[in-house]
Amino acid sequence: MRKVYHRIIQISGNVITVESADIPYASLAEVTSSRGTSLAQVIRLEGPRVSLQVFAGSRGISTDSQVRFLGRPMQVSSSDALLGRIFTGSGAPRDRGPRIEDDLIEVGGPSVNPTRRIIPRRMIRTGVPMIDLFNSLVESQKLPIFSVAGEPYNPLLARIAMQAEVDMILFGGMGLKYDDYLFFRNTLEEHGALSRSVLFVHTAADPVVECLLVPDLTLAVAEHFAVNGKRVLVLLTDMTNFCDALKEISITMEQIPSNRGYPGDLYSQLAARYEKAVDFETAGSITILSVTTMPGDDITHPVPDNTGYITEGQFYLRNGRIEPFGSLSRLKQLVNGSTRDDHRALMDTMIRLYADYRESLEKQAMGFRMSAWDDKLLKYGALFEERMMDLDVNIPLENALDLGWKTLAECFEPRETGIKTDLLQEFWPHAESPVDKE
Amino acid sequence: MATTTQSRDPSAARKTGSVSGVNGNMVTVAFDTAVTQNEVAYICVGEARLKSEVIRVRGNAADLQVFENTRDIRVGDRVEFTGDLLSVELGPGLLGRVFDGLQNPLPRLAEQAGAFLQRGLYLYPLDQDTEWDFTPRVKTGAILKAGDMVGTVPEGIFEHRIMVPFGWSEEWRVTWIAEAGPHKLSDAIAGLTNGVEERTVTLVQRWPVKVPITAYLEKRLPSEPLVTQQRIIDTFFPVAKGGTFCTPGPFGAGKTVLQHALARYSEVDVVVVAACGERAGEVVEILREYPHLEDPRTGRSLMDRTVIICNTSSMPVAAREASIYTSVTIAEYYRQMGLNCLLLADSTSRWAQAVREMSGRLEEIPGEEAFPAYLESLIAGFYERAGLTVLNDGTRGSVTIGGAVSPAGGNFEEPVTQATLKVVGCFLGLSRERANARRFPSIHPLESWSKYPSIANARDLARAGAVLRRGNEVDQMMKVVGEEGTQLEDFTTYLKSEFLDAVYLQQNTFDENDGATSAERQRYCFHKVIEVLEGAFDFKDKSEARAFFQQLRQHFIDWNYTAWGSLEFEEAEHRIDAELKRGAGAPVAAVA
Repeated sequence: MRKVYHRIIQISGNVITVESADIPYASLAEVTSSRGTSLAQVIRLEGPRVSLQVFAGSRGISTDSQVRFLGRPMQVSSSDALLGRIFTGSGAPRDRGPRIEDDLIEVGGPSVNPTRRIIPRRMIRTGVPMIDLFNSLVESQKLPIFSVAGEPYNPLLARIAMQAEVDMILFGGMGLKYDDYLFFRNTLEEHGALSRSVLFVHTAADPVVECLLVPDLTLAVAEHFAVNGKRVLVLLTDMTNFCDALKEISITMEQIPSNRGYPGDLYSQLAARYEKAVDFETAGSITILSVTTMPGDDITHPVPDNTGYITEGQFYLRNGRIEPFGSLSRLKQLVNGSTRDDHRALMDTMIRLYADYRESLEKQAMGFRMSAWDDKLLKYGALFEERMMDLDVNIPLENALDLGWKTLAECFEPRETGIKTDLLQEFWPHAESPVDKE
Repeated sequence: MATTTQSRDPSAARKTGSVSGVNGNMVTVAFDTAVTQNEVAYICVGEARLKSEVIRVRGNAADLQVFENTRDIRVGDRVEFTGDLLSVELGPGLLGRVFDGLQNPLPRLAEQAGAFLQRGLYLYPLDQDTEWDFTPRVKTGAILKAGDMVGTVPEGIFEHRIMVPFGWSEEWRVTWIAEAGPHKLSDAIAGLTNGVEERTVTLVQRWPVKVPITAYLEKRLPSEPLVTQQRIIDTFFPVAKGGTFCTPGPFGAGKTVLQHALARYSEVDVVVVAACGERAGEVVEILREYPHLEDPRTGRSLMDRTVIICNTSSMPVAAREASIYTSVTIAEYYRQMGLNCLLLADSTSRWAQAVREMSGRLEEIPGEEAFPAYLESLIAGFYERAGLTVLNDGTRGSVTIGGAVSPAGGNFEEPVTQATLKVVGCFLGLSRERANARRFPSIHPLESWSKYPSIANARDLARAGAVLRRGNEVDQMMKVVGEEGTQLEDFTTYLKSEFLDAVYLQQNTFDENDGATSAERQRYCFHKVIEVLEGAFDFKDKSEARAFFQQLRQHFIDWNYTAWGSLEFEEAEHRIDAELKRGAGAPVAAVA
């Protein structure tokens, strides 16, 4: 029999305080008020005082509400019955299905021993040339989509998820508009992917503490399935909402803010989640694709900034296109050496020339005379944007590479590209010898 | 075999206290005897004993930072104080190992606990059963000081010195010494007396990580270049043996790739890699690749000269703070053997953030960006542990420290970068613009600086620097007046600076030949580059000039990709010479 407490001595923000003894740190309690029952978690012990964070918020809690300590940490089911189901941030069903409480596992478990990780080695093909050719997605990578409000980041996320070859999709929605939640649910359903998906969804109208739990629940389940051999793709949108929830709660807790109100441990908090991405030698893997909206398109904002230091690159979505500058997949070097010999050289050259094109474009905008070289670049840039950057383009990597050579050949002489001579000889799409004859 | 640290000194566990509060990874403990600042304590939670460190004492309450997740700790839980400061074990067998920030051997943790780290599991860092072939180097009756060699054991290609423990003050006389032969770590191999007491020396000694090892004669000014085989560093912004440098840069600028290149190609004896609060995946690359890579200087595996201290971002944050000190202590230990050590810390910003987190929990008055006011002295204290030292026997050793800095928002004005810049001898600023333009390594050639001597001569360097600066000016000017408004002469200077950038400053770290350029090759190639920079070309117009430099760049890049001294190398060089002669007009190569 667990003891029930009836005297709450402090209510501040979403945090309540009771006096009790022998309570384990980070364990759970049930708080029952006239508005119903909510879970709460111990976040501070100070002598006899126990502070709890109430998941459903403290509104309606009275000083004589019941607090019942459960003596166990946050848990989530890991049963196969989760598949096809949708839950809230506290793990309760959001669809009409039953509660699932078998095979419970702990949430926020320890991290993987680095010596048991392996070097990622499998590319995830997406059919998007800006990803496959220029910033290949790699199994076990953690990669956010940086963008501003209004960009089609959720459709992009959904499209990659549908086209990626994985066993399971774990979806964590934080602060989602209800429409966006429906969009994801319907997309998964339409593509018949719902039966291999589990969704944890916190909508913008739900209590803010539940927002904090979403990534932990999602990743705990993902980890369970990965350990059991599944290749899991985790989608987290929008991590900026998660960080804002952190900010809200740490300020309520009177923590000293470090940068624009965010807590000093923002980096560690984000890292603890993103670092769950892993490839096991003898089991499955977790790949994390997330969305980070940048307030005011400012990449130096604490959220995208800290995220960038943790994740293995980022896709920078702007004006409905994946920007070649700023976008980066750090792990691409691990896989793009074994796709085709020309992959790396072509990737580097095309980006470099596109950067030169941007400069010429700037000069043109300022009214300078265009040299012959500028004209070549302008032609190239337009073709590049049309053939590679348009998000509607959906072609396999090999076709994208061929298209790249074709584009170069239409615009430049071989020596103007700065590509190593032996590659030019093999791939330059000319009938005659590719190397310039003086 | 005692595998856990707990049983090493049972008498030390007498002092106890009990938990009175928990806040994140800070635990408050009530005690009634004496506690020491920074001593190690263990919190007993069920079966587990969680390592922690005393960081503040107020009245009868001590605040402890816990090196583990604090889940399930209850008020009233028992706490054992050890009386020892946070220490590491120093002895043969450190090389090639992978430790966490508290010197736990990670591969053996995995053997015991599986794929996930287990809370409260601590293993002895070194292998206690290995027998080392001991050779005595002193005779009975010899007078020794702390840090003096007693004997040696072979460790890889090095003679690993067994030394009088660094903390022993005054002079000691050898009363007996073991004969040559195999010994285990904990075997006594010599007895020493100072006239008052007699102590024994074993193959291993302990040292508190936050205290610098100073058992040497003196520190010298670092003056000899540490060849990193990265052209832009060795030629333009050199690092010296015993010096310090930092590589601040925004994310995506290639900090970690640069650090890996330095770890791999630097011409030093021992490399300590401190993966401090960064991605686990980056360590995995080292872990999995180094055993298969050959160190060209020794012909052995690169792992044999490397120690990895790995406290990645999702591992407990307090141990991250300790990891920096653990790594520098190990580097200092090998310096005591007359070796040149390089410590690469990636990233010192994460370490500073760990300090900030704890400072916040202690409710200290925050300084800039909530970092504690003592941040600068902490950073200075860390970098000051580098140095070129003359040991008691006159040989020299060095610790060079290279710290990656991850400034928030890529803004170098932030506190960690600024505090670091005050104390380092070389600043390699990485730039996002260069990274976006795929100009790697993205060290900014106009903003970086070094106080150490270069492998190239000053005249050539001044010449190249002038071309870079002038080229940049012309580039800026062209943005305003356009190419047509630019003089052909200025335009040629601009092309020269772009040429220098493309063929010399940029380097493809993933290529086996271009990735590492020896000092000799650098001097040779730099001379050729200078020849081009000094050449007086007579171009008809700008497009001719551009075409010429494009062709020349192509030949040079091909040249960079050939092996030094190979037939292809010579052929590529001939093509460059021919191009230089044949080019538009006759270039007048001014030879110094």
